Amino acid sequence: MQIINSILEYAFLQRALIVGLLVVVALAILGVNLVLKKYSNIGDGLAHVSFGAIAFALALGFSPLQFSIPIVIVAAFVLLLLGDSAKIKGDAAIAMMASVSIALGIIAISLSGGVNISIDSYMFGSILAIGKSDYLLSVIVLLIVIITYLFFYNKFFAITFDEDFALATGVKVKTLKALLSILTALAIVVGIRMIGTILISSLIIFPASSAMLLTDKYKIVMVLSIFFSIISFLIGLFASFYLNIPVGASIVVSNFILFVISFIYKKI
Amino acid sequence: MIKCENINLSYENQQVLKNISFEIKENDYIGIVGENGSGKTTLVKAILGLIPVDSGKIIYLENKNKIGYVPQKNNIQKNFPATVFEVVLSGFSSKNKFIPFYSKKEKEIALNNMKCVNVLNFKNKSFQKLSGGEQQRVLLARALNSAEKIMFMDEPVANLDPVATKDFYDSVAHLHQHHNMTIVTTTHDIENIIKYANKILHIDKEILFFGTTEDYLKTEYSKYMIGSDHYANN
Repeated sequence: MQIINSILEYAFLQRALIVGLLVVVALAILGVNLVLKKYSNIGDGLAHVSFGAIAFALALGFSPLQFSIPIVIVAAFVLLLLGDSAKIKGDAAIAMMASVSIALGIIAISLSGGVNISIDSYMFGSILAIGKSDYLLSVIVLLIVIITYLFFYNKFFAITFDEDFALATGVKVKTLKALLSILTALAIVVGIRMIGTILISSLIIFPASSAMLLTDKYKIVMVLSIFFSIISFLIGLFASFYLNIPVGASIVVSNFILFVISFIYKKI
Repeated sequence: MIKCENINLSYENQQVLKNISFEIKENDYIGIVGENGSGKTTLVKAILGLIPVDSGKIIYLENKNKIGYVPQKNNIQKNFPATVFEVVLSGFSSKNKFIPFYSKKEKEIALNNMKCVNVLNFKNKSFQKLSGGEQQRVLLARALNSAEKIMFMDEPVANLDPVATKDFYDSVAHLHQHHNMTIVTTTHDIENIIKYANKILHIDKEILFFGTTEDYLKTEYSKYMIGSDHYANN
């Protein structure tokens, strides 16, 4: 098989495969809660904040990942607080924060000497994005996200299914919501270099939405969501490699195709 | 177990609860009655900490994770993908902080509680596909998992037919009598609640009556409520 040879041959492809799989699985499981809780636009907001933070890091010559992780965690908190505040509408707050982050990022870049290739790849994603230096940190962060999620799986179910009941019976709803938001932030900040700022939030929404078309059981939604995310990632990655198209875009399109197939299957 | 002292609460300048003070004691079965808009649901939510009060104190003498709560069913979003067993088990989510999965013992308790309220047959069915009465009993089973001492219910029989209503009251009475469960429930179903509850709290934004059911039946309020209930049913 030529694919396997290519993976064995190219270290960048191995890194893309491992980090990419972890990113899509993390986003797929978080996506089930975010979609059901109608928080999926938080993903979009966090992706834009990540872009801003990374642009600053590049402009100032810092390591993008190490610089942006703490910033995006803070942003996750702020978005959650804004979302719950009655004074500003949650969706408006997220949109404001998203566009301001992009604006600040672009200003930082232009002051430091104009758009370069790596910024472009953060916008739309790149198969080459996972460099050796960030590889280990990315894998560790993503494993922490996935393992933490599994640890709180039942509690996340409880606050997603019925927040009032959870609160009434003494579940720490606010802390859990913050945790959900932080985990999402971490998966996004690691993932956008490969998938792209504008595309990554669809990886939160598509797998869960496709899964929910096919089953009405929570655990099976979770399993199907993971399955769809992996399949669409593999198709997207290999399409990207062989057809020489951007990897983020081809993953999103294969997610969309799976969604359409699920939709048609449900209608029949 | 829980003391309310001078609770005041308003929504958008409209006072919904006014100077509410009363105490829930061990093994009480309190029926909270009153007309639509009298603040019954708001009072329960305020006691459970779901709505902040403007002034007054709610003093818990009991740990919060020993409370069970059966909310009004419309709290739960339609088409949520979950099986009955998944919903019932989530009643344990306030416990066992450092174990990611439900223990064998918890699963046993859950199955037992499901048997108790007669939903064991639907264990693996989708929650959203059940009838209103079945869903209500599933939510009761979930509440039983978290309730060790006290159970709050908000209009639990609102969508039930007479047979399901009687089943529901019998399950609750069993808990109250044989498991020493303290029960606090809002209801429109005045005729049944005076048969089962040993205390009545009648509110219309403020407390009109709080005392034993026996004493309540001697008041004007009870006659009015029972009268209007008949009127509503006929």
